[in-house]
Amino acid sequence: MIAVVKYGAGNIRSVLSALSRLGYEGIVTDDPDTIRCADKVIFPGVGEASQAMKALREKGLDDVLRSLTQPFLGICLGMQLMCSFSEEGDTEGLGIFPERVIRFPSSADSKVPHMGWNSISGLKGPLFGSVSEGSFMYFVHSYYVPLSQNTAATCSYGGIEFSAALAKDNFMGTQFHPEKSGSSGERILSAFLEDL
Amino acid sequence: MLTKRIIPCLDVKDGRTVKGVNFLNLRDAGSAVELASYYSEHGADELVFLDITATVENRGTMVQLVCDVADRISIPFTVGGGIRTKDDVDRLLSAGADKISVNSAAVRNPGMIPELASQFGSQCVVLALDARRNPAMPSGFETVIDGGRTGTGLDALSWAEQAASLGAGEILLTSMDADGTKNGFDVDLTSIISSNIVIPVIASGGAGSKEDFLEIFRYGKADAALAASVFHFREIDIPELKAYLDDEGIPMRI
Repeated sequence: MIAVVKYGAGNIRSVLSALSRLGYEGIVTDDPDTIRCADKVIFPGVGEASQAMKALREKGLDDVLRSLTQPFLGICLGMQLMCSFSEEGDTEGLGIFPERVIRFPSSADSKVPHMGWNSISGLKGPLFGSVSEGSFMYFVHSYYVPLSQNTAATCSYGGIEFSAALAKDNFMGTQFHPEKSGSSGERILSAFLEDL
Repeated sequence: MLTKRIIPCLDVKDGRTVKGVNFLNLRDAGSAVELASYYSEHGADELVFLDITATVENRGTMVQLVCDVADRISIPFTVGGGIRTKDDVDRLLSAGADKISVNSAAVRNPGMIPELASQFGSQCVVLALDARRNPAMPSGFETVIDGGRTGTGLDALSWAEQAASLGAGEILLTSMDADGTKNGFDVDLTSIISSNIVIPVIASGGAGSKEDFLEIFRYGKADAALAASVFHFREIDIPELKAYLDDEGIPMRI
């Protein structure tokens, strides 16, 4: 069973549609036991960090998510909330990854949000087994995670190299939206669903 | 490298596309879902659906269409046209739209931009700005509403700047002078807006040739370019257009 964590952050439907195109059904849930018993957990997210963390804490999901041992995939804001801290709303995150999330500087040459299709490189780990270096993924974000030892894919914008994906043990995160990234994105979701 | 986006726009009325689409070998040429699916498999980077449904009662049809599109396609899409309330936005985003665009209603009530941005996030709030040349305006362009019928006396650049600071995540900028002419995008308009604001700008209105796209990216500083009929009537094939632009040094997702 694939649990999709429900905590009031958007784009859940896009994730469910993508799962369904791949032949899987996601269960949207905020129930701690359902999440603990899931084979895989997807932690989507579109929205604002401090509001999202507040919702997770109110539901008691922060401790639950941290303690999971099955394959876990955070998407976009989901990945950022897995980090220790975000400059967005000065938010303390789940701390699964020790990284800090910082804001892109904006200018007319590098606008914020970083929105659109960008290429990813330095691909490491099981999510990217069937994806080529330089594949294009769809990004929409104003904050980023710098490169670190947990970086599993990199991307470059406005002269800044940042983490397009993170991975540590059972925990994985993508800054881009695999569910919105056409066939390349579907290969990543498919690797998460089938190969792990 | 972040690529420039090519965006087909589908005008939809009561769940059906309204501009003639006669080139596609679709089971149902009027089906917005079929057309969306075709484009998402043939090079489009994103899609825009413009709801031109006349009545409020038919809004439900649009929500159903958004659900169907979200099930079928795996690229981002924006829904616009007649959006006035937070509830309208909530329904469309819950149905699977990635972004919504607001136009006349935001001019009448700019407060809706921060309201939507704080609830749903700036990334899904697109300001649709329709502009027309007017030498009396400081930037040379005036914001117009109601499909171009009503002038506002509001300078297009200052409205764009205001919307960006209120929390809009992107601007869909349509030149009402160029729209429908196929004589090219309005490079002056796009350039003046895009160089002065720090959120992405989608240029719209006037696309007639591949060279028009090159011009709007190279000189108009657009982040994305939108067109309707040149794609629907296959006067321009998107994969060919993208290959051409890529050869000319414009970063494209090929």
